[in-house]
Amino acid sequence: MISIPMEYGLTLAGILFAFGLAGVLMRRNVIFILMSIEIMLNAAGLAFVVAGSKWHQADGQIMFIFILTMAAAEVSVGLALVLRFYHRFKTLDADEASRMRG
Amino acid sequence: METLFYISSVIAVIATFMVMVKKNVVHALLYLVVSLLAVALVFFVLGAPFIAALEIIIYAGAIMVLFVFVVMMLNLGSKDAERESEWLTAETWAGPVILAAVLLGEVIFILLHRTGPPFSPEIVGSRQVGVALLGPYLLGVELSSILLLAGLAGAYHIGRHFEDEGRGGGRP
Amino acid sequence: MLELLWLIPCLPFAGFLVLALAGKRLEGRAVALVGVGSVALSAILSVMVAVDFMSAPPPGHFYTQTLWQWLDVAGLSPGITFYLDALSLVMMLVVTVVGFLIHLYSSEFMEEDEGYSRFFAYMNLFVGSMLVLLLAQNLLLFYLGWEGVGLCSYLLIGFWYKDPKNGYAARKAFVVTRVGDAAMAVGLFLLYNNLGTLQIQELMEKAHQSWSPGSLLPVAAAALILGGAVGKSAQLPLQTWLPDAMAGPTPVSALIHAATMVTAGVYIIARTHILFELAPPVLAAVAVIGALTLLLSGFSAITQKDIKRVLAYSTISQIGYMFLALGVGAWSAAIFHFMTHAFFKALLFLGAGVIIHGLHHEHDMFKMGGLRRQLPVTFWTFLIASASLSAIPLVTAGFFSKDQILWLAWSSGRGSKWLWAAGIVGALLTSLYTFRMVFITFFGEAHSEVSKKPGTRMLIPLVVLAFLSVTGGYIELPAIMGNVTIFSGFMHTALPPVKPLSGEHMEWILEIIAVVVSLGGVFFAWLFFLWMPGLSARLARTSPGMLLHRFWFSGWAFDWLYDVLLVRPFIWLARINKDDFIDLIYTGIAWYNQAMNSILSLTQNGKVRFYAMGIALGAIITIAIAVLR
Repeated sequence: MISIPMEYGLTLAGILFAFGLAGVLMRRNVIFILMSIEIMLNAAGLAFVVAGSKWHQADGQIMFIFILTMAAAEVSVGLALVLRFYHRFKTLDADEASRMRG
Repeated sequence: METLFYISSVIAVIATFMVMVKKNVVHALLYLVVSLLAVALVFFVLGAPFIAALEIIIYAGAIMVLFVFVVMMLNLGSKDAERESEWLTAETWAGPVILAAVLLGEVIFILLHRTGPPFSPEIVGSRQVGVALLGPYLLGVELSSILLLAGLAGAYHIGRHFEDEGRGGGRP
Repeated sequence: MLELLWLIPCLPFAGFLVLALAGKRLEGRAVALVGVGSVALSAILSVMVAVDFMSAPPPGHFYTQTLWQWLDVAGLSPGITFYLDALSLVMMLVVTVVGFLIHLYSSEFMEEDEGYSRFFAYMNLFVGSMLVLLLAQNLLLFYLGWEGVGLCSYLLIGFWYKDPKNGYAARKAFVVTRVGDAAMAVGLFLLYNNLGTLQIQELMEKAHQSWSPGSLLPVAAAALILGGAVGKSAQLPLQTWLPDAMAGPTPVSALIHAATMVTAGVYIIARTHILFELAPPVLAAVAVIGALTLLLSGFSAITQKDIKRVLAYSTISQIGYMFLALGVGAWSAAIFHFMTHAFFKALLFLGAGVIIHGLHHEHDMFKMGGLRRQLPVTFWTFLIASASLSAIPLVTAGFFSKDQILWLAWSSGRGSKWLWAAGIVGALLTSLYTFRMVFITFFGEAHSEVSKKPGTRMLIPLVVLAFLSVTGGYIELPAIMGNVTIFSGFMHTALPPVKPLSGEHMEWILEIIAVVVSLGGVFFAWLFFLWMPGLSARLARTSPGMLLHRFWFSGWAFDWLYDVLLVRPFIWLARINKDDFIDLIYTGIAWYNQAMNSILSLTQNGKVRFYAMGIALGAIITIAIAVLR
């Protein structure tokens, strides 16, 4: 039988999440930021599925479905916002939208 | 089976790393797709075929394609790639990398604390998932449908073309 | 009649109140009426009280009158009580009569000044404070009067406040006398702490009983009171304020700095003479201070150009004579000299005022000259006063008073040859600088034209004071010339007499020397300044001459000394302590807030990535806390 320690799966999820986080903080292009958010969401879902697989239940997968749904909705709205952002600022630099500075 | 797990996890990590590093948007997107496919493979190994399929279809298939569409619409080319490399200086990625590394370190630390026994994944098929969905998680299903509706309406409204540009909002 | 004693100080205070509150609204003549009238009434009342006192003396030769109980706390219970004896009677008479004459004079002198009512308000306040000082029965009331005259001196020196130099001179006077006042206050604390009372007569009794002569406590107390006296009377080392105080109007100089306030120090030493007798080193110090001061200011006076500064140094010098007299135990001689000095010095100042007024505020003597033809009355009265100051024999009051001091400096039990020698040299200097002043100002050729001749209100006081300068001495003739002791006989009801130890033979010799010296001074003045005026100028241009001239001109460089020793370190200390650590606490809080604000506002930069980093950081820290616990 295959035996995979749960920790390895969670570690993989952690690594992917860390990459996604670094991407959000590093990149100035809004599209890259959105992409990195997707990576993070994916990693979180992976963690759920690993956990659900351990307990041999469907709950983890259901959680992943919900996450997927949310990601889809978020991406569509986010990309619409990106379009408006581009129309407004003529650039995709996230630092441009900083008029709410203190 | 474990080797499949390990290989696909390595591929996922490398692909995600390339997403981080690449300057060209489209290249990065494609690497992201590869990463998603590798994760789907991991799902298969873990005994969640339904989810793996969903990942490929929806995540890699729909969401990434959406990204590609937007990139095409915005006509991002090599000029933007240059700009990206300008922006991605050492001082820019030093801080985030350190932060992410610290976070990762913490997570691994937690995981190393208690190593449980390895488990052997059983296949939890679509039938089981469907029964759970329409059983205890029925409310969640309804909520996610409302969420999708909201997302639909929002995306339509926000993405609408207005005659006079610069108003930046219109009706809330 | 004696019950009217309280009116004598209170009338000037009433005048002050009226003028302070309503002076701006009254027209000039009403102001003068109130201002001069209050002092005039005081003078009349003083004369009446004096006649009453001398004809029918009350038992014990003193009279007390309590107005009300001032304080009554923890055993200290001074009252507003007036004490009249021979000493305070004589001084009160002089202050009110001379004060009245000066007020009358200044009603014309200050006529065109816009601060007319303010001037008379201050002058009345001054006369009132001085009378309180003289009539006080306890040291607390005395100190009130002492501070009051200090305040009025400051107000009146800086009367023309729009010129910052006058303000500086006023501040200098106040600060220097303050040093003395602080010493006086500590002396009062010492006395009260050890003897439990502040009433002067009681104090003297208890001191006489409980303290032995020469022990630490009376020496300390007497030295401290001497410190206060030295400040007010402008003796060494606190004499630097008086020449600069000439920045005030001339009647102010006449009243305050010639006749009255500067003699407050003499008064207090005479009043507490029992205490001083219990402290022989301090009494010796009084005499030495007097001798040194009279020499020092005598030398300074012969180099001055400003007529008022000559008179200022002359005042310092003459008060030195009074201190000398006090120091050798000749108490009544000191008061006698005070009386005659009040007459002729006030006259000199008023005469100088006529000149200054007539020449449009010209003070430099070398720009005057030949004024005896243009101002005849002023000339004759000034001449009489100068003669009195120089102690021209037999016809002037100053002769009798100064020579009495010189005789007693030699012959008293506490006197010495050296003190007498200092006095004689001082007498030579006195007539020298006095007649130098007379010759330069009134003789020679005229350099300026007199534009304003004095009116009656200015001339009457001159004439009256001239009369007093001549006849005021006849009430006290020395033993070899008739032995009239009206004055000292009266004074000995309040002050102890002094027995001369040398005989008549010596007295004749000393008298002749004194006459020769004073006439010699006149001769030398005529020689150097009238017959061969170039000689003194040539002497002054030689290099030792120039050095001496500069040294004496600056009052023996005391101003420079005090500046280097005291003023500059103090200013330096104040400057480095400007941001003291208590200030730092408060400004530090404000600065810290501002710094924090500028740092924290950097975090509000509106960039999404920055905020995301904040979230990540927070998450990391939270997890770290959860993990590491």
